[in-house]
Amino acid sequence: MSTLILLLVTGVGLGGLYFLVASGLSLIYGLMGVLNFAHGSFLTLGAFAGLAAAGAVGAGTWGGLLLGLLVGALTGAAAAALTELGLIRPLYNRHIEQVLVTVGLSLATVALFEGIWGPNPRNITGNAWLSDTTELLGARIPNTAFLNILAAALVLGGIVAFLRYTRYGLIIRAGVENRSMVTALGIDVRKAFTLVFAVGGAAAGLGGVLAAQSLNYVSPHMGASLLIFAFIVTVIGGMGSLTGAAVASVVVAVLQQLANSYLNNSGDLIVVLLLALVLLVRPSGLMGRTA
Amino acid sequence: MSEHSPRLDRPQEAGPVLSVRGLSARIAGQQVVHDVSFDVAATGVTALLGRNGVGKTSTLKAVMGLIERSGEVVLDGARVDAERTERIVCRGVGYVPEDREVFAGLTVAENLRLAERVGDHGTSPARKRLVADLFPDLTQRAQQRAGTLSGGQQQMVSLARALLNENRILLVDEPTKGLAPRIVSEVADALAAAARTVPILLVEQNLQVIDRLADRVVVIDAGRVVHTGPARELLDDQAMIQRFLGVHAENEPAHGEPVPGAAAHGKGAHDQVREAATIAEGGE
Amino acid sequence: MNAADGARTGARTRRAAIPAGGLALVLLLGCLPLLALTVPGVLPGYTYEPGTLQLLALCWLTASLALSYHLLFGLAGLMSFGHALYFAAGIYGLAIVLDRTDVPLLPAAALVLVGGIVLALCVGAISLRVTGISFAMVTLAFAQAGNVLARRDQFGVTGGEEGLALDTDGVPAGLIGVLNTRNLYWVALAVLVVTYLVVLWVERSRAGHTAAAVRENEVRVRIIGGRPYAVKLVVFVLAATLATLTGMAYLLLQSGASPATSSAEFTLALLVMVVLGGVGSRWGAVVGAVVYTLLDQRLTALASSEAVAGLPAVLRVPLSEPMFLLGTCFILVVLFLPGGLAGAAQRLAARRRGAAPPGGAPGVAEPVEERVTA
Ligand SMILES: Nc1ncnc2c1ncn2[C@@H]1O[C@H](COP(=O)(O)OP(=O)(O)O)[C@@H](O)[C@H]1O
Ligand SMILES: [Mg+2]
Repeated sequence: MSTLILLLVTGVGLGGLYFLVASGLSLIYGLMGVLNFAHGSFLTLGAFAGLAAAGAVGAGTWGGLLLGLLVGALTGAAAAALTELGLIRPLYNRHIEQVLVTVGLSLATVALFEGIWGPNPRNITGNAWLSDTTELLGARIPNTAFLNILAAALVLGGIVAFLRYTRYGLIIRAGVENRSMVTALGIDVRKAFTLVFAVGGAAAGLGGVLAAQSLNYVSPHMGASLLIFAFIVTVIGGMGSLTGAAVASVVVAVLQQLANSYLNNSGDLIVVLLLALVLLVRPSGLMGRTA
Repeated sequence: MSEHSPRLDRPQEAGPVLSVRGLSARIAGQQVVHDVSFDVAATGVTALLGRNGVGKTSTLKAVMGLIERSGEVVLDGARVDAERTERIVCRGVGYVPEDREVFAGLTVAENLRLAERVGDHGTSPARKRLVADLFPDLTQRAQQRAGTLSGGQQQMVSLARALLNENRILLVDEPTKGLAPRIVSEVADALAAAARTVPILLVEQNLQVIDRLADRVVVIDAGRVVHTGPARELLDDQAMIQRFLGVHAENEPAHGEPVPGAAAHGKGAHDQVREAATIAEGGE
Repeated sequence: MNAADGARTGARTRRAAIPAGGLALVLLLGCLPLLALTVPGVLPGYTYEPGTLQLLALCWLTASLALSYHLLFGLAGLMSFGHALYFAAGIYGLAIVLDRTDVPLLPAAALVLVGGIVLALCVGAISLRVTGISFAMVTLAFAQAGNVLARRDQFGVTGGEEGLALDTDGVPAGLIGVLNTRNLYWVALAVLVVTYLVVLWVERSRAGHTAAAVRENEVRVRIIGGRPYAVKLVVFVLAATLATLTGMAYLLLQSGASPATSSAEFTLALLVMVVLGGVGSRWGAVVGAVVYTLLDQRLTALASSEAVAGLPAVLRVPLSEPMFLLGTCFILVVLFLPGGLAGAAQRLAARRRGAAPPGGAPGVAEPVEERVTA
């Protein structure tokens, strides 16, 4: 029983990380029709920058952790906004080319990160409380799981509030439905594009710092490996649906944890099987719009 | 504009508000509008007519910059054909697209809020009052999601979005398409009211509505302009209606009662439209 | 004879000239192991040396793989991020059959080919339920599952991260060892020619035309009674089969299987090659693959060279990462060179023809025709 609780809570924690990556992917795809392959690089860059900032004021201290999270999010946002302005915008409305550019960017940046920080994972000094566990209903749960859940919940709440209560949120919601009609109302939808990239990049950068805390290391490849699961989450949840991404993140991560524990480490395969099953039953995903 | 511009010597209304010259447009690599030229006068309603699929919607979209186009589009004396859609709109162009295109997931209030613009041709209190007067229903349903509205109510939202702003011109694409007869008349009422304040380029299939609203017509066939002139001239010439619009208009009264014997043609879609229009006039 | 007649004769000559030219090219490439040619800076040595032949053979196999990807992406417009799965299926499939059974090479290859087709049918049938970006993601997920299987070695057959060495018991002696590299070279060239011909045949077939139509406008194909799903599945399976075939030759050439061949990066590299060469162009895919392979080779050599090691970090770090340079190159091509190398060559040729005096350039038929009608 305590194992099950452990798996469930750590699963939801992992789901939180998936959601931090998938939320940006989903928003960007929903509004712009672009699959952003470089999203993993925003995460990696956020992780390295965040940890460097944390190290400057004292890795392992609470101040360091908070500063790291902040710097990670800001770095991710800045990298994403620059990507949108420099590479995506010149290819306005040419979706295939836009995807290709992000593919090239992901290949180039991962190699660059390897060149700068070396190809191997680097251990980090984590916060003492985060390295510890807390007992919950008899299970000893790593505290990082709680932090991940909290962060993902805050980001979800923040994005929902932003979409619901701000003018740009309104523009984004409308743009997801019908982009050309938004421009036909006299609105420059490209500003919204930069904004969703920045918001998605911030979530990914935050996710990078959190993932590093959970894994206890940073590596140039951490973004790419999380990205693949975030892709699966986005398809299962329904491309462009934020709630879908949230639900699918949790489902995928919990299932993965359970399968890894009870089914001979087969979590990754089970997730792909789930993807196949969802596609067979509901090709548009759990909460996707049926075309 | 130069100070010696001849337009300044005469009242503003004299020149066309919109001139289209040699406009061509493509959709998915296929040319659908061929070298189209016409003017929209600065007052009243200019109707853009033609059978289904001849390129009326595409012409409007090309003017709006929503599809790939070439040629000259002059709005209020300024070339706008190289501009992005949102820039053109901000110069005072209201667009009411075919099939309404309201944002289904947004509330009515949000749909309207999104359409509010700032600047010279933006939203004004007077315009907001006009919209509230014309569409009291929308004020009541402000918090309802637009996707759950009826077709007629959605059309009102779409019209209201365009009417909220001090536009120089409205482009309205088949506003009565697929609506019940009573609603057709309400839409026509709203358009008539709007036309008193802003020139309209109207795409419409319903001859009764054209008859009621249009001052001038531009007829398109196979992506080309084939006729321009006063609306009366076209509506009184049944042969021309038959040729350009492909409808049997001999029983189509330009005004007044339907001619007995209409049923002889069977109760086709066209007759239903005619009935709708008749009821529309009766309801006035 | 008027100009139009001349043009028509020219067109006929040209149509005949292409197969003849292609044949001559293949013959020339086939003779390379017997010649002592070299291109300094591009090839590591003379063409009869095993090291050079190994690199060239790698080029041909990569080109064959890129051509199979061209069938998917260029012809049918299917952006798959999981094509490496079928390549790896060929490599690992053959390696495992040779390792675990006593079946000789050819029957084993036939068996693996059938296995590859079945795999492609299953994955294709599911993935093609979605289109566009979702399709890309789903194929990526399946390929990733294959990658995980190969790396984790859950069934104890793939050798995990180490990979699997080629078990040479069932392989003919002529295909083993450094001294026989030129035989492997010819195998690689033969695989490329077979792939090219199959791709050519598919492109000219009814299914190929329908696939191209689906790429342009799927709805229209459905309206006129075509079956987009079936056609896409056929193309998907054919492309995967060619990849499996190429993978088996790759196993022989590299005498081993490594999990890197099943990675997402590997498929992305294919995408880079095809786009570099020019999407939709057969020759573009071949040239893109060859250029990519050579560049990768040369840039890796550059990265470990003395000259780079002595540079300040700002220059050294980027220059010592071949993938950074290739990725940047790729971005620049997408941004500034639409149509890739093939597109650039076409524009260049068009400009040259534009400058040529009327009536000149014999044998170049299409432009003459254009000029006549213009
Ligand atoms: N999305 C599209 N893709 C391809 N062809 C289109 C599309 N939209 C319209 N067309 C074609 O463009 C032509 C003109 O269409 P349209 O402008 O909608 O005509 P109208 O509004 O006069 O009925 C038609 O032949 C139609 O088939
Ligand atoms: Mg239309």
